Amino acid sequence: MNKIFISGNHTFGEAAIRAGCKCYFGYPITPQNELGEYMADRLRKSGGIFVQSESETAAINMVVGASAAGARVMTSSSSPGISLKQEGISFLAGFELPAVIINVMRGGPGLGNIAPAQGDYFQATRGGGHGDYRTPVLAPASVQEIADLTIVAFEIADKYRTPVMLISDGMMGQMKEPVIFPEHVKDLPQKEWALSGRGKGKSRYLASLILDPLEMERHNWKLVRKYKEIEKNEVRHEEYMMEDAEIAVIAYGTTARIAKGAIKRVRSEGIKAGLIRPITLWPFPSRALKDISERIKKFIVFEMSTGQMLEDVQLALAGKASVSFHGRPGGVIPTPAEFARYIYRENQKENKCL
Amino acid sequence: MNLKNKWPKYYKKDVVTHYCPGCGHGIAHRIVAEVLEELDVGDRAICVNPAGCAVLAYRYFDIDMLESAHGRGTAMATGIKRARPDLFVFSYQGDGDLSAIGTAETIHSANRGEHISVIFINNAVYGMTGGQMAPTTLVGQKTTTSPSGRNPDYEGYPLHITDVVASFPGVVYAERVAVDTPAGIRKTKKAVTNAFRCQIDGIGYSIVEILSPCPTNWKMNTIESYKWVTEEMTKEFPLGVLTDKREKKK
Repeated sequence: MNKIFISGNHTFGEAAIRAGCKCYFGYPITPQNELGEYMADRLRKSGGIFVQSESETAAINMVVGASAAGARVMTSSSSPGISLKQEGISFLAGFELPAVIINVMRGGPGLGNIAPAQGDYFQATRGGGHGDYRTPVLAPASVQEIADLTIVAFEIADKYRTPVMLISDGMMGQMKEPVIFPEHVKDLPQKEWALSGRGKGKSRYLASLILDPLEMERHNWKLVRKYKEIEKNEVRHEEYMMEDAEIAVIAYGTTARIAKGAIKRVRSEGIKAGLIRPITLWPFPSRALKDISERIKKFIVFEMSTGQMLEDVQLALAGKASVSFHGRPGGVIPTPAEFARYIYRENQKENKCL
Repeated sequence: MNLKNKWPKYYKKDVVTHYCPGCGHGIAHRIVAEVLEELDVGDRAICVNPAGCAVLAYRYFDIDMLESAHGRGTAMATGIKRARPDLFVFSYQGDGDLSAIGTAETIHSANRGEHISVIFINNAVYGMTGGQMAPTTLVGQKTTTSPSGRNPDYEGYPLHITDVVASFPGVVYAERVAVDTPAGIRKTKKAVTNAFRCQIDGIGYSIVEILSPCPTNWKMNTIESYKWVTEEMTKEFPLGVLTDKREKKK
């Protein structure tokens, strides 16, 4: 497969088709419209189903139906639309149905704006909808990684029978980069659990209503055991210039790219900074952070929000290292120069204390 | 006359009903189960059941079932049918589910002409939550949230959603029936048969609205409640075929 120049939003779509996604249901919202448009054309041409729903709520419930029938299925939206999908995501978690949900984040709360932001971290990693569940969350930081992780998302979804969220932002969605797509997935997993009519066998049902509290509790603990498996097997992160680092920057997605630029700048001034980039936001690479805190005592969290992943970093470090935070919410994209200045100042503070 | 009791193939045996005495759901369930068998589609059928009294319908129907979030039945049915057009997909929904919280899903699935069938139980109240006012509650009808009777100036008028969707080109068959009398029950079975056939023939969306008694929440005895369907509900919701475009579509 040749290298092609393609946007993030189109890449989500193309990668999903290559992952064997059979159905896409969605509702227009900026800055992810190109994804739905891509599916309207390409998914249908490849024999799949595209339906433009009447709402985000309807879209996610169409996803539930198609998933229950055994199809690889996806929906996408941006922040306000993802709020509307949370009902269905909770049902997917309760039913234990696989699906891929893409959030191309924008500024908020409310309608906010259409500029890139990372304000939906809590919503994505804490479950988002009602009830006691988790959603695996993948955060690509390049268009190539969008292609690779979209396929991983379908695999995790099917392997653990869970909704999986891919989280990016308006910049990742709109930006074009060279991408080499993986080959079409040939062998899709068999789904014996899918509803397909009882045939000559026993009838089955999928219900999330479990009136007996003890039985509901059993279901909750069953989900927890699954989440423990995911925490054990699926944590992903990248380390950049960490070998000799004395300051660890934690950033994901777009901010991780900006952080890399800033790290190069401060290194030219002799400040040994490095980057730990969580690729999975849940499960969070807490273990890696904890291990690194054995030798590095200064952590800087960098987000396009007012400080959400910050809390996961604080939990992971459990007071073993100092944590400071630089954030630009509301759709403001910080520059590498700006963040380099922040690292530089933090480094100076540290030296003064010494 | 052959009165031999024949148990429908797709209705589970030896289950105790959770429906109240006199409730119309049991009759509607049995009709659906009989039609699934007569049209020979039960083996490939998936029923999407609602949030509401029929949330436990999987206890009775011996076919594959998917519970829906409140009001989202026809969106879920859309997902199933689009992913697996070979399956026979129908939703079974109450009036709160279908014509209040699920209005958008109902209207747009109908307007897309999804190849699904909808069984719509209209009992003019929210049953499972204890008898609150529904969009279908009659003018003057007392409920727990319209304690002095539904006042159109304050609560608006009963919503005729089946009439709304019947006007859509994609809706091939829509009929309103009632399970208030033996004749009504026979008509209901015929309506369900016509509706299900539309899907088997692949000609589009069909809906059957079934007026059904809820003696518990209407605070009536069974006989009064069946009379109330006949005498009061049918005045607001006249019975009959609301649209039949089967010939045009074939």
